[in-house]
Amino acid sequence: MNFTNFGKYLLLLKAVFRRPEKFKIYLKAIFKQMDFIGVGSMGLIAIISTFIGAVMTLQIAFQLVSDFIPKTIIGSVNRDSSILELSPTISAIVLAGKIGSAISSEIGTMRVSEQIDALEIMGINSPGYLILPKIIAGITMVPLLVIMSMFLSITGGYIGGTLSGAVSPAEYIEGITTDFNPYTIVVALVKAFVFGFIITSVPAYEGFYVKGGALEVAQASTRAVVVSCITILACDYIVTQLLL
Amino acid sequence: MIEIKDIHKSFGDNEVLQGISGKFEAGVTNLIIGGSGSGKTTLLKCMIGLHHPEEGSVTYDDREFTTMNFEEKIDIRKEIGMLFQGSALFDSMTVEENIMFPLNMFTEQSHKEKLDRVNFCLERVNLEGKNKLFPAELSGGMKKRVGIARAIAMNPKYLFVDEPNSGLDPKTSIVIDELIKELTEEYNTTTIVVTHDMNSVMGIGDYIIFLHEGKKFWEGSNKEIARTDVQELNDFVFASRFMKAAKGKF
Repeated sequence: MNFTNFGKYLLLLKAVFRRPEKFKIYLKAIFKQMDFIGVGSMGLIAIISTFIGAVMTLQIAFQLVSDFIPKTIIGSVNRDSSILELSPTISAIVLAGKIGSAISSEIGTMRVSEQIDALEIMGINSPGYLILPKIIAGITMVPLLVIMSMFLSITGGYIGGTLSGAVSPAEYIEGITTDFNPYTIVVALVKAFVFGFIITSVPAYEGFYVKGGALEVAQASTRAVVVSCITILACDYIVTQLLL
Repeated sequence: MIEIKDIHKSFGDNEVLQGISGKFEAGVTNLIIGGSGSGKTTLLKCMIGLHHPEEGSVTYDDREFTTMNFEEKIDIRKEIGMLFQGSALFDSMTVEENIMFPLNMFTEQSHKEKLDRVNFCLERVNLEGKNKLFPAELSGGMKKRVGIARAIAMNPKYLFVDEPNSGLDPKTSIVIDELIKELTEEYNTTTIVVTHDMNSVMGIGDYIIFLHEGKKFWEGSNKEIARTDVQELNDFVFASRFMKAAKGKF
């Protein structure tokens, strides 16, 4: 995103946060988006998180375990990695692909088929009506998905570790319960909140300013995912630097 | 009544509109005609605020529109109904929800009142009972009629129609044209139709302005259009073999 685009993005956000015409209609749209972003992504996040947790356990066991390092370290490294980095960031990147492309193509199609013009002619603040519910759903549902992802990633580590024999159930549980710092959860949720905002607002911006036809909508959708992923990684670094 | 004065609009170095003026009265069907690229859709978009002209003014019943801010424009936009070239129906909503949408947004009516209004509008465009269909299930002509039903749902004072006949067969085109004329006379709306369809021009053109290369070349009624000596307009009006053959009969 160059500076001109960033300026346009900020102006769009200013329009998004104008006072809604009718709260009841916005509320309905928010719940619909929560269902799409949150409930609709649960299965995907569950599968990915469980497998990542299991693989993480096997890799930690392969790399770290020696006679000098207790096996409980596998549980604690898996826990901290999942909470601080893997669950928020991997979930966000997966969601940027799934939700970001959907948002961008939905709004882009509405743009090229004059549906956004129709909203504006009716006197409706189209950025607010189309984008605000998505952003609110994103910043509420992505943290919930990340909490679920943390739990399943740690559980996946337990399953993978015990099935492979890399770690015993008692050692793994001792590892995940020893020296737990609840602040890591706060850091993860801050990341999830920021990522939820990026996942919804960046694709919405890309879709909102599409010009042309089907080809341009598809290009905007691709660009939305790429820009979202890069922005997520940059913000991941910034938030980590600021909070840890 | 809508009045435009000296509208200028450019895209980069391309000056699309070069000082267009006109006065569009209520209760008559006003047409903006011209060939492709003549600037008629750009003029329409300047009038409704989708484009911002560099110079000139648009006045809705003595209310200057071009200098208004977003919130002030909303009051006028609530009085505007518009039929888009591609109908611009919301894909995710049924016919009923499409027509009810502006009512949901801007009125405090009960659901029954809104439903009655939807059914009335559908009846007015001869689409009774099509409430639960989605836009993807409608033909081109039906989409246009639903677009008209949505445009009139809020009892607009101003009705804008962009290329109502594009993609329609001649018979359906006439039905749409007649519907626009009937609604204009019935509700005394200020109706502005952008078209290049000569059947519409001859059928419903009470007041016509002709644009060519971004300039207004002619204004008058459909009774006068065939007797003009403006070369550019004659080239446009009598471009088809049918119109050439019928030239002497007007």
